[in-house]
Amino acid sequence: MENFTPVSALLGGALIGLSVTILLLFNGRMAGISGIMNGLFYSPKSEYIWRFTFLCGLIIGAIIFKFGAPDFFVARQDYPLWLVALGGFLVGIGTRLGNGCTSGHGICGIANLSKRSIFATLTFMLTGMITVYIMRHVL
Amino acid sequence: MKKVFIALISGIIFGLGLSLSQMINPNKVINFLDISGDWDPSLAFVMLGALLVSFISFRLILKKPEPILEESFHLSKHSNIDKPLLVGAAIFGIGWGVSGYCPGPAVANLGTGSLEALVMVVSIYAGFFFQKWFASRTSMKHPPS
Repeated sequence: MENFTPVSALLGGALIGLSVTILLLFNGRMAGISGIMNGLFYSPKSEYIWRFTFLCGLIIGAIIFKFGAPDFFVARQDYPLWLVALGGFLVGIGTRLGNGCTSGHGICGIANLSKRSIFATLTFMLTGMITVYIMRHVL
Repeated sequence: MKKVFIALISGIIFGLGLSLSQMINPNKVINFLDISGDWDPSLAFVMLGALLVSFISFRLILKKPEPILEESFHLSKHSNIDKPLLVGAAIFGIGWGVSGYCPGPAVANLGTGSLEALVMVVSIYAGFFFQKWFASRTSMKHPPS
């Protein structure tokens, strides 16, 4: 547990909570990232622009943080890219089929006390943990 | 136009939150999921922080008749726990564990110049398109009655 960082995790989480609050309060939207990403290709033009700027905002936020604290953490080195690609493909299929990801189900859905989201979150946490167990301790 | 500006601000705050919390650090994510190893529970605190804020704010906001800049709230129309939800969530979890990225961090990391993030985002879209193609194919075989 040497890398335990509860304070920055809690504060970062609170910022995410603030972000989803703003989007719901003003735009009436749940900030589910996989849905916003998918909507980039399947929305009428009026619904396309806010999705695009939201995703740009994500990138800009990460850039600002990287400028302010370039050595906050060390980027992962030498992880096989094919595993990233495989994981990404599964994330794409799974979030469409299950209608949401960590943000949509794990935060917005649970905050809204949606039973679907609570079950979805428990499910992806469990399969994520089983997957890492197999990859790190079995294979 | 205001809605677009709000989306930008919301996205920036989200990106800062993902960075500060290290959700965008795949090593951290995998150490969180690795409960039988040298477990790092930090990311549970990300969820706690996000839920502490949103659980309260959502209660207050959804009492209002409508959002500030829209005519109505856009909430999920689904309510039942069905097979696609659970199978989809299970597949998503496997992909999360294999890669160390969920969709938000994958997009945010494009800003840190990470090659992994680029591969991740392209693959997520490949998964979206595959799922859409597969769903349309199976619905042709089994037309809704």
